[in-house]
Amino acid sequence: MAEVTQTNVQIQPREKLFSKKNLRTLREPLSDNNPISFQVLGICSALATTVQMRTALVMSLAVVFVLTMSNVTVSLLRNKIPSKIRIIVELAVVASLVILVDQVLKAYLYDISKQLSVFVGLIITNCIILGRAEAFALQNKPWPSFLDGLGNALGYGWILMVIAFGREVLGSGSFMGFPVIPQFLYNMGYENMGLMVLAPGAFILLGLLIWAQRSITKTVHE
Amino acid sequence: MQYSNAYTFRFAAMVTIVCSVLLAGAATILKPRQEENKILDKKKNVLASVGIKPEEGQSFSRDDIIDLYKERIKEIVIDRDGNIVEGKKPVDLDPRADTDLLPLYENIEDGQIISYIIPVSGKGLWSTIYGYLALDADGQTVRGITFYSHGETPGLGGEIEKDWFTSNFVGKKITDESGTIVSIEVIKGKVNSDDPQAIHKVDGISGATITAKGVEIFIKRDLITYEPFLRQVMQAEGGIDG
Repeated sequence: MAEVTQTNVQIQPREKLFSKKNLRTLREPLSDNNPISFQVLGICSALATTVQMRTALVMSLAVVFVLTMSNVTVSLLRNKIPSKIRIIVELAVVASLVILVDQVLKAYLYDISKQLSVFVGLIITNCIILGRAEAFALQNKPWPSFLDGLGNALGYGWILMVIAFGREVLGSGSFMGFPVIPQFLYNMGYENMGLMVLAPGAFILLGLLIWAQRSITKTVHE
Repeated sequence: MQYSNAYTFRFAAMVTIVCSVLLAGAATILKPRQEENKILDKKKNVLASVGIKPEEGQSFSRDDIIDLYKERIKEIVIDRDGNIVEGKKPVDLDPRADTDLLPLYENIEDGQIISYIIPVSGKGLWSTIYGYLALDADGQTVRGITFYSHGETPGLGGEIEKDWFTSNFVGKKITDESGTIVSIEVIKGKVNSDDPQAIHKVDGISGATITAKGVEIFIKRDLITYEPFLRQVMQAEGGIDG
């Protein structure tokens, strides 16, 4: 531990906390290099937890916590982890954090934890988290790793929220659980779109979102 | 960087110990609250089985559930012959030791029993499913059903807990004209309302045949366990208040 703190002290005069490079680390995964819409990772949970905005929000927050903490932990240990067992160590860190989140949800947000069911546990297998630990945290210092984790988690989170917004409003006629479609529209023959509650609805919205985003950012996946 | 094998083992051991201490600690600290949530969730489901539910988009607070449960639900214990065992409550029952005693819940309104609630449970496809089946005071008509704990596939078998599935059960009969228990059949596809047996059938879930079969089997099994009690209820029907 002493070594790690020393290196921390050394870098601070050299690099500013919010240097251009660090900011880019935070900003890139939000759009140009988004884990869902650009790298197309973490799709499974993006489909499963976006029927309602409330579950999507809790899921996003859980991923923010797990991803930033796992990145920081792996980064702190990066010079200590024997490379032979690095994947299993990363997994142990991620799994412990996920179980922690799951336990806390069960204790304080029981209903939502029931709705999210297995998907909180499945954060362990979310490619984004192990991917960032392998690709970023193992080579970088804790602070940039923190920003990278935060950026990727928020990039994942905002996509989730946008899809959940579309699915909940179109599929259930509500916003965060409150009805928003006025009754007279129903009286005029408007119906909630059942397709949006099912997985295909998420696929369609996600596809449209990726299309829209890539037309704006002009990034093309080769 | 190359590390010696001894270092690798030491490192792995350290990671294991740190993680397990952390998780064991968290689990121990959070356990009381989790248990409380589970009990509260059961109470909420007992209430929901007789149709006491919050309006759509709203939810009961902890205190709401506790108050409503206290006011509306009476917990009793019966034996296998259908007689009420005084002085016992469902929480006192040890499922292994008290195999001849059964928990039962009564829904009381204005001093009258308007519904009997039977806990039902059994195997689905992946998991044990737990739920509550509420019968009207005649002991024959389903008032409602809820499933509160299961590990079935979300979107397929997991649909059993959804309103569209459970609301199918409301108003169905568990007995034929002679009072014999025939239970409820979960069929494939939709129930044809012209079918004379439609009163004993509910719509199935596509993609979840085994879960639905499991539900059908354990509801019947549990109803037969409670049959002596239900017979008493049916005989008293129209007579003195139960």
